Amino acid sequence: MRKTRIGKLSAVNIALPGLRAVCLLLILLPMVVQAETPQEKGLAIAEEADRRDTGWQSQTASLKMVLRNRHGQESVRHIRNKALEVDGDGDKSLNIFDNPRDIKGTAFLSYTHALKPDEQWLYLPALKRVKRISSNNKSGPFMGSEFAYEDFTSQEVEKYSYQYIRDEILDGRDTFVIERYPVYQHSGYTRLLTWLDKGMYQPLKVEFYDRKKSLLKTLTLSDYQQYLGQYWRPNQMRMVNHQTKKSTDLYWTDYHLKTGLSTRDFDRNSLKRAR
Amino acid sequence: MIYHLLTALLCAILTGGMLPAGAGEGEWSGYVSSEYRAFLYKPADRLQHGNNFSLAVQPEYYYGWDDGRESFTFVPFLRWDQNDSERSHVDIRELTWLKATDNWELRVGIRKLFWGVTESQHLVDIINQTDLVEAPDGEEKFGQPMLNLALIRDWATFDLFILPYFRERSFPGVDGRLRFVLPIDTDNARYESSRQERNIDYAVRWESSIGAWDMGLSYFNGTSREPRFEIRPDGQALIPVYDLIEQWGLDLQATVGDWLWKAETIHRSGQLEPYIALTTGFEYTFVGIMGSGADFGILSEVLYDERGDNALTLFADDILLGSRLTLNDEQSSELLFGIIVDIDDPGHLLILESSRRLGNAWKITFEARAFLDIPDSDLLTSIHDDDYLQLELARYF
Repeated sequence: MRKTRIGKLSAVNIALPGLRAVCLLLILLPMVVQAETPQEKGLAIAEEADRRDTGWQSQTASLKMVLRNRHGQESVRHIRNKALEVDGDGDKSLNIFDNPRDIKGTAFLSYTHALKPDEQWLYLPALKRVKRISSNNKSGPFMGSEFAYEDFTSQEVEKYSYQYIRDEILDGRDTFVIERYPVYQHSGYTRLLTWLDKGMYQPLKVEFYDRKKSLLKTLTLSDYQQYLGQYWRPNQMRMVNHQTKKSTDLYWTDYHLKTGLSTRDFDRNSLKRAR
Repeated sequence: MIYHLLTALLCAILTGGMLPAGAGEGEWSGYVSSEYRAFLYKPADRLQHGNNFSLAVQPEYYYGWDDGRESFTFVPFLRWDQNDSERSHVDIRELTWLKATDNWELRVGIRKLFWGVTESQHLVDIINQTDLVEAPDGEEKFGQPMLNLALIRDWATFDLFILPYFRERSFPGVDGRLRFVLPIDTDNARYESSRQERNIDYAVRWESSIGAWDMGLSYFNGTSREPRFEIRPDGQALIPVYDLIEQWGLDLQATVGDWLWKAETIHRSGQLEPYIALTTGFEYTFVGIMGSGADFGILSEVLYDERGDNALTLFADDILLGSRLTLNDEQSSELLFGIIVDIDDPGHLLILESSRRLGNAWKITFEARAFLDIPDSDLLTSIHDDDYLQLELARYF
């Protein structure tokens, strides 16, 4: 759930040594410019976005969620987020809830996979119980917010097919407009119309269309900052549900990348002592 | 109890004195709750109380350092009950020092933990004693003094436990509801071990998660957490007898799409005849029902106990049928309904539990239980009149 990343390199490409990767890139780059079909161009953009966001290894961040109902009443959640980049597979993430207080210490561990089902565990501190949960609830609301589980987990390139639509200037910024179509089961969406900043290769806006193909939600990402001279992360994300008129704002702070976290920080034992 | 508290307090001071000042961060949290239980019928025994009010508080202090790889946790618990003096009680739920490295985790102190996967009962979960006065379903546990070393490998975790002190099970008092026909004389509990509650118990557990499977294998050697009962010579009370037992346990869960398949089984010896018990079943979830964000689950479990009706448990040869509604809304509203049916004899138990957050810091919980057609021959026949509705309001901080 750490960020919306557009894609991720396939396992084969990640394993390439540096020189071969550069060669491949030189071959691929012209394709980005003069792709034969909109599908190929869409995929190439997604792969480029993924390539630029590879190598951050691990990340920690704090997250404040502000949920707003149609009457404007607010409720707030505080979550701490840790993520681990996994070579050749989906990322691992651990989310620990600090607020509301009745669920303080509840922790959610997720292993995302490109093609096979994700693995998810929930730790319930009052019962001291680790529960393996079904990962089919992708379209369900995350913590009662307008974000679905699938909006939060890592977005592997293989989880979508792509189509380039057009170039567009959005709020004075050059963007690619591409469409993504979930190929994984249990998605709540039929397509995601995405405005991707040409400089950062990061999304500025996403429109989500539901199973009935009508506009469900709009996500706006803003206040991007660059870390370690490479990786862009948004400080604010705003999701508006057009059907329920509810909205959720996310405020990200304290991003740290390459933190030295290891797989041990993302196992069932770490879940039990998560704070 | 006093001995226990003093030891705990001493540990707290000693451990507290060793905390690296300024190196980490301390934090308080916890809750205060009030509970009202309304009984639908007059008690079976005139000594037993009617409707009841109760208050509980459970603060928690956590001090972590070295990025949480070392920590100290202290969780005392206190309940005051209007009518049942046995239910008014104090406990140390946790008082633990933890150190975690890449290959092992060491925990020293008083702690609560959980083993298992099923919902209706927890056969495999044997480390902590049940605090039965807290909740008649046995879900609440006492803190257990322990030394626990977890050896961690990529493919599995291997846990070793030394349990140097035994906690007696709590039972409702003479005035209390939800008890046997005869009250339990906890002051005269008997032990098989000559060291009584100071017998040194030990346990080992291996657990692993491979693909869709989560599994655990455990072995326990020591004083049984579950007592058997003997009638006191004067015939006016039951005396709990804590035998030395050996128990093997296996728990398995397969997570396949919307299905969770679960099984727990134990083999226990040392408590009269050796026996096997099993709980197995499934939970299926309809995700996002009727286009909403809500999930609706159905669950069913079969409960088998080789001892049959000689087992002093409500769950010998029974079936649980249940449903769970999770709204996934801002208030985390949940509703659980279940019925446990005895296969061999009449007798079922109806359970309703629902909860909802109010604002940001309050939580309201409603619970109802009804005991139907409990046979008169049963030692539990008195709970036939103990159907109740319970409302709990808690403030979290």
